[in-house]
Amino acid sequence: MSELFADYAAAARKTPAFDEMFNVGQSPRTEYGQVAAALDALNLADVTARADSMARTFLDRGVTFDFAGEERPFPLDIVPRVIAGDDWDVLERGVAQRVRALEAFLGDVYDKMAVVADGVIPRRLITSSAHFHREVAGFSPAGGVRVHISGIDVVRDQQGTFRVLEDNVRVPSGVSYVLENRRAMAKGLPEAFGQQHIRPVEEYPRRLLAALRKTAPPGVDDPTVVVLTPGVFNSAYFEHTLLAGLMGVELVEGRDLICRGNRVYMRTTAGEQRVDVIYKRIDDEFLDPLQFRADSVLGCPGIVNAARAGMVTIANAVGNGVADDKLVYTYVPDLIRYYLGEDPIIANVDTYRLEDAPAREEVLDRLDELVVKPVDGSGGKGLVIGPDATRAELDALRAKVLEDPRGWIAQPVLQLSTVPTMSGGQFSPRHVDLRPFAVNDGEDVWVLPGGLTRVAMKEGSLIVNSSQGGGSKDTWVVDGEVRRPADGSVPAERPSVSVRERTSVWPIETNWQDKQSEQQQQ
Amino acid sequence: MLSRIAESLFWIGRYVERADGTARILDVHLERLNQMPLPQQWETSRQLLGVMGSRPEKQDLELSDLLQALAYDRTSATSIAGALGAARENARRARETVSSSVWESLNTAWYGLTQHRKDVVGTYRFCHWVVERTAMVRGLSDTTMSHDESWQFLVLGRSLERADMTARMLSTHDVHAAGLSWVNMLRCAGAYESFLRTRRAAFGDQQAAEFLLLDRLFPRSIVYALSDAEKCLTQLNPAYQRVGFINDASRIVGQARTFLEFHQTRDLMAELPEHMDRVQKACAKASDAVSRTYFSQADELSWVGEVS
Repeated sequence: MSELFADYAAAARKTPAFDEMFNVGQSPRTEYGQVAAALDALNLADVTARADSMARTFLDRGVTFDFAGEERPFPLDIVPRVIAGDDWDVLERGVAQRVRALEAFLGDVYDKMAVVADGVIPRRLITSSAHFHREVAGFSPAGGVRVHISGIDVVRDQQGTFRVLEDNVRVPSGVSYVLENRRAMAKGLPEAFGQQHIRPVEEYPRRLLAALRKTAPPGVDDPTVVVLTPGVFNSAYFEHTLLAGLMGVELVEGRDLICRGNRVYMRTTAGEQRVDVIYKRIDDEFLDPLQFRADSVLGCPGIVNAARAGMVTIANAVGNGVADDKLVYTYVPDLIRYYLGEDPIIANVDTYRLEDAPAREEVLDRLDELVVKPVDGSGGKGLVIGPDATRAELDALRAKVLEDPRGWIAQPVLQLSTVPTMSGGQFSPRHVDLRPFAVNDGEDVWVLPGGLTRVAMKEGSLIVNSSQGGGSKDTWVVDGEVRRPADGSVPAERPSVSVRERTSVWPIETNWQDKQSEQQQQ
Repeated sequence: MLSRIAESLFWIGRYVERADGTARILDVHLERLNQMPLPQQWETSRQLLGVMGSRPEKQDLELSDLLQALAYDRTSATSIAGALGAARENARRARETVSSSVWESLNTAWYGLTQHRKDVVGTYRFCHWVVERTAMVRGLSDTTMSHDESWQFLVLGRSLERADMTARMLSTHDVHAAGLSWVNMLRCAGAYESFLRTRRAAFGDQQAAEFLLLDRLFPRSIVYALSDAEKCLTQLNPAYQRVGFINDASRIVGQARTFLEFHQTRDLMAELPEHMDRVQKACAKASDAVSRTYFSQADELSWVGEVS
């Protein structure tokens, strides 16, 4: 192996985590073959130069996220995260299954609540969720879909089994980095692309646009789709511009929209234009000052009424947050059985519901061994990792949990799987998670092959959020075995390079010269 | 297209052209200023700043103050750095509309702003760099964006600002007590060679001014820039082709251009200040009129929230 991997085995042995690239014997797994070969040929100077050039490209292209009012590039590591095609196929089915179940759940929750009547989930749990919005109860959205876009966070435990960590069906972000990372990697590590088939990611914008158009209000022939952004100061603004640009639709802010007669219009240079589908990238609370926060200037008054009247499709639907709730998360396997009659393909991480007195007792005894999370948080906010916390922090946490047991869940500390990551002049194991993205057009759930792999840049750290110093990796779903001609001979079934036949669009006058000479003779 | 985006594009056009024009003016004047005795330098710097539209508070303007005000001050839209920053900010808001290469060139220009020495020597290089970068932005926007409505707004902003900048270049003629030599004036606009080839034997102040003001073929002349702006306005609103004027902006720009084009005079140099004043006012008014017609959200509803 390359000198850059010199200390890797020793470092990997220190943590019990599953390593994605190396098996227990410290040789690269099959799916990593090509990557390992490419990395092997590089020395430190090469890797540094490539990493610098990749970082520079990101800055020039403005692939940044806003953090505390500053544009920062999202660090991309040079080693990709590779998933074998067979493993992915299972994961893909699992994600799609979960999305279908959550879609059914949300449709039910804002309608008859059969799931409560049948005793699968307590009513109190739903109605006490911070993101259960009565404002949108009692009507089904135009187009019939609530979870158009979702990001299901999965991790790999010590045995290498995928488990779902949380569901994001409100405004999952990060897909722009998937698209940009792939472009950057194609330039930064071209050697690894050669002989294996990496499933492409660039069809995402097309799929998304198709799904959004398909779920437009009925009766609209050629729907106008827009992306609604809170504005340039939002941390994901780059993503909003990228998606709007790649879909070729307008990126609007709340002040560009007006509602009249339950219809939504945008102000254009040619007057007002009707809007049919809104890909909403702002939080529900800010969407409509008539329904939610009255002081919001990001949204557009009247938009929820327009949705209720079936005149506009909002993606994702308002009120999806109830399915994100981490306490509802603990019921998702039951929901899958209840709505789909199937067994869950990907398991949850074992979770304690702190509302149950016995579970709470146990958790409070073992606070220093567990991870405790607020049920409605995202982006690692408010999360406490027991083994890393100080006594004072644990005491504060204990008080908070006792005060509001509904607001918290606890999970064992998961040793997330590791991938080699450039750090301090060599490759070291760093923990990663994975967010596959799914697009639901009402009939079919399509899962983007790969998704966003986030990596904790600090040694031993389990927090991968970009706002807390995390970076990302390009995620490859690789099919088949790596074909490597052992003796340098050309493999037999190599596809021949075909030359396209030339067809002429214009009728060719073959004998125009002849005609000319004839004319001259006349 | 969205009014807000149209406005951003219009201002990208204006700011990029402003950075370009300012860099050209600064480059040429710096050379002259550097050779003047101090008191005269202060006075000239003050007047130069006045022409460029900023009112300095300090009495004895050092050369470094001038450089700061015209080149490096990020907070002022009169300076090159300020204009490029504003152009980039507008591009960021209209990022999905401009082509990615236009955005990228503006973004890298913005990141490159800090990488220059801020002394006199460094400023020469800086000006040169700005002229190159802005040319790149122009070239990329012309070759990578569809020449549709959005591009028309960009070009409209660019043309109006260009007329304005050339007017300022000509105004600086008066700034120098002895008068800026016509050679330098032409070099400001990059028009020296074109002028020589066009006018052959006849050159002098009068001819140079005439060239920058009235030439119908030189793209940086005021008449040319104004007729470009007119074309964009017609393209943007092709509805009225037969009688009357289309809108205020067309009227203002058209009147300014025709006044120059068909004006007969024996002593252009004496009238120059008045002409320049008219052109600058016309550009400002046209810009206002464009905003009113296309970008206006004056009747914007503002949601005041609950009265508590």
